[in-house]
Amino acid sequence: MQATTGRGVRPQRPLSPHLQIYYPLINMVTSILHRITGAALYFGSLLLVIWLLAAATGPDAYNYVASLFATWPAKIVLLGYTWALAQHLLSGLRHLLWDTGAGFDLKTVDVLSWGTLAGSFALTAAIWIGVAMCGGL
Amino acid sequence: MAMRTPLKTARYLGSAKEGTDHFWKQRVTAISNAFLAVFLVWLVASLTGADYATVKEKLANPLIALGLLALVVSGTIHMRLGMQTIIEDYVHDEGPKIVVLLLNTFFAILIALVGIFSVLKLSFGA
Repeated sequence: MQATTGRGVRPQRPLSPHLQIYYPLINMVTSILHRITGAALYFGSLLLVIWLLAAATGPDAYNYVASLFATWPAKIVLLGYTWALAQHLLSGLRHLLWDTGAGFDLKTVDVLSWGTLAGSFALTAAIWIGVAMCGGL
Repeated sequence: MAMRTPLKTARYLGSAKEGTDHFWKQRVTAISNAFLAVFLVWLVASLTGADYATVKEKLANPLIALGLLALVVSGTIHMRLGMQTIIEDYVHDEGPKIVVLLLNTFFAILIALVGIFSVLKLSFGA
């Protein structure tokens, strides 16, 4: 291959493999989920401040927002928000563990990946079943 | 004659002169958010389906108001830093990047202001 120093001319060097080459490993999946759930929680913060602002505005505003949140589409969004929070929390704790330098052997990485997923679904189910059993839904 | 090399001014600081500031604040708020998220879930779960008077009274409780203020501050700092990382990873053109980074900052501040104002009004308002 002929080398070039010309600007704007991109030499045809081999590229490193990217996403479409790799088999999706569980560690990859939880890594991208950490980012996706983080972004979801970012926009989901609107739900929290809308709820707080409605409560601060008065009974009419609060009852209106509460009735909106009680609709089925909103409940599905709130269910998703709960799971995103649980997943981001558990996966974030895993990152804090990794920050100490521990937990990097492949076995532990896999166990923690599956653990965060199982934990987030279990937590979400527990929270919603708990609220439902107390008559909150 | 100055005996110091320029290395002294560069040491411990990146090109943005912030060093590990972003990394460290992300971790500090991650730890506080871990506790505050549990508090939030408990608070929202306990108020689901409650009437307005109950909600207002609970949100005006000093301990709960302080918890909410901590959550709003810690949460908005954390989410701004996180979204900044996402933007810097995917938006490479200088112009659009600066615009989106500004929008990110404004959004985080908007969430923080509305959250803080609402909590304070619930505590101190008529």
